[in-house]
Amino acid sequence: MLNTLSGLFTAAVLAGTPLLLGALGEILTEKSGNLNLGVEGMMFMGAITGLAGSYYYEQAVIQSGGTPTGVMSALIALFASFLAGALGALIYGFLTITLRANQNVTGLTLTIFGTGFGNFFGEYIGQQAGGYVAVSDVTKGVFSRLNIPVLSDIPVIGSLFFRDNWLVYFAIVVAVVMAWFFNRSRVGLNLRAVGENPATADAAGINITLYKYLATVIGGGICGIGGMYMSMVTTSGVWVHDCVSGYGWLAVALVIFATWSPARGMIVALIFGGLTIMRMYINIPGLPAQIYDMVPYVATIIVLVVTSMRESREHAQPKSCGLNYFREER
Amino acid sequence: MSSHGTQVKEPLIRMVKRDSISQNKAWGIRAAAFILSLVTGGIVILLLGHNPFSVYVSMVKGAWGSRTVIYETVKLAVPLLITAIGISFAFKMKFWNIGGEGQILVGAVAAGAFGLFTAHIFPKLPLVILMMLASIVAGGLYGLLPAVCKAKWGTNETLFTLMLNYIALAFIKYLMNGPWKAEGSSFPKIGMLTPGARLTKVLGVHWGWILALILVVVAYIYFNKTKQGYEIAVVGESTNTARYAGINVGRVFRRTMFLSGALCGLVGMLQFAGADYTITEGTAGGVGFTAITVAWLAKMNPFGMLVVSVFIAMLERGANAIQTQFKIPASASDLLIGIILFFMLGCEFFISYKLIGRGKEEHHA
Repeated sequence: MLNTLSGLFTAAVLAGTPLLLGALGEILTEKSGNLNLGVEGMMFMGAITGLAGSYYYEQAVIQSGGTPTGVMSALIALFASFLAGALGALIYGFLTITLRANQNVTGLTLTIFGTGFGNFFGEYIGQQAGGYVAVSDVTKGVFSRLNIPVLSDIPVIGSLFFRDNWLVYFAIVVAVVMAWFFNRSRVGLNLRAVGENPATADAAGINITLYKYLATVIGGGICGIGGMYMSMVTTSGVWVHDCVSGYGWLAVALVIFATWSPARGMIVALIFGGLTIMRMYINIPGLPAQIYDMVPYVATIIVLVVTSMRESREHAQPKSCGLNYFREER
Repeated sequence: MSSHGTQVKEPLIRMVKRDSISQNKAWGIRAAAFILSLVTGGIVILLLGHNPFSVYVSMVKGAWGSRTVIYETVKLAVPLLITAIGISFAFKMKFWNIGGEGQILVGAVAAGAFGLFTAHIFPKLPLVILMMLASIVAGGLYGLLPAVCKAKWGTNETLFTLMLNYIALAFIKYLMNGPWKAEGSSFPKIGMLTPGARLTKVLGVHWGWILALILVVVAYIYFNKTKQGYEIAVVGESTNTARYAGINVGRVFRRTMFLSGALCGLVGMLQFAGADYTITEGTAGGVGFTAITVAWLAKMNPFGMLVVSVFIAMLERGANAIQTQFKIPASASDLLIGIILFFMLGCEFFISYKLIGRGKEEHHA
């Protein structure tokens, strides 16, 4: 029983991390008043560029006669996926902030585009590589579970908390930094003002356009890293068609459950990560596997309905979210 | 606008809202944006080391080159068009129904319940009518559920409808593996509809295309000439205005989403009984999402959707051709659709606003 639970916990952390990264990126974006529904698309873009970055790095080093190092490969994947997610968000930002296009439709388009982008280049690079893209064992090693001296060897606690892959800790650090940023830093408070009431923030001398662009683009980059997690950790460095498959949308839902708080995001990501893999750990007799697979989605709907029933002012979406700000139309 | 007394630094470019724009000019801007999107797509093709012109030509030929491929293109356009009309019901009132996929799937399952299991009881005509009704009701109810919650508690419909997609998909996988698994099949799949119950072909394609054309006209009349259509437009503009005008917003949400889901459900039946003759995870095949593009590009005009859906069907069919001919993955069509839509979304700005460079005088109409 205890073994099952600790196994479930470890697997929940593994499955919850891409959800957390996606949700954190979207929280940052929504705090600026931009509702970007393109998380799924940006995650797809990050997934393929992260994988491609590592793959081409390895190929280049091997061709020049060297041996690729795992750390370098991981860094390249990190930056490539961040840039790809940021690029997707930049397109979204340009269309909604500068050209004032509808945020909902632009976000949906980004999802269609990003999904096409990921699958297209995934297949294309696979073709070039003679079948499929896969990174070497060196890179796979960096993205597998860490073995931290001393800490990892502590009984129970060691295997629960100190044996995850580095992206798990990276995501937690991002969440903590973001929580501090929103509540304690001047820039963070300004950003929240932009999301709540851009006209007032504008009058106070805050550069609305700059804040919106930066939050959206950096948020998109974080979503991209979440996508890279899917291709590097979840599918172990092999490109799988449609690999993000709904995780981006679950991340958007998590933003609501986390009530726009990065700290609470960690908890809900863990819970939803657990729900997505629960089937492998807790057997419910008589329940067919495919019906069990519905659990995270049904849970999402239930939580959505319940949270909408008891509306709270403090834990609500930034007020201007979804609306474009246009100074001349105040 | 700026007074000459104070020294205000004039920005390099500023934007001014247009009072009016001629239809010709507006369409000119859209055409330019469309061409630019094809050029951007062409640059991507060029970067991959192919000749954009021959790739585009091959796409067009792959969609219209022979009688067989024309049938295939029309077969792709029919579900897109009907789903787009269905989705535009919801989108017109700014209800973001992205659950078209799920509504198509439950429609197919409801049709399958009759088509697969009562084909030996009913003659063809009543069976087809039963399948149609079942799919309409199932799809409609699946669309109604999020509308009820939205009307009552303001539940986020985007995520609700989306989650219903995954639930419908899991349900189909369950049917494939368990209760509906084809007899004697070693891997999970649902049996085939008996040939006697399949939709009749008219001019080479199942009659769904005639139904789609009729729906274009009906939807146009419904949107523009009826009280219910007007209510949808008012709710879409502002729910508060609608409330002041005495419109029961909740009822409009529920009624319209039932219709929206019902049309998507009908698509599921057409795909099952007219195109695939079975139900798989791919029965909806992304149509629910692509239809959003179709509806938006056509600015929610049913006749526009007819044109756009045929165009998108051409891209998708053509993408198969370039996959075999140039080894360019067929996902290229999604990429290209995304690029085109980005440009079309962006160009609306230049229709509503004009840019004025530094030092230029503003012209008052």
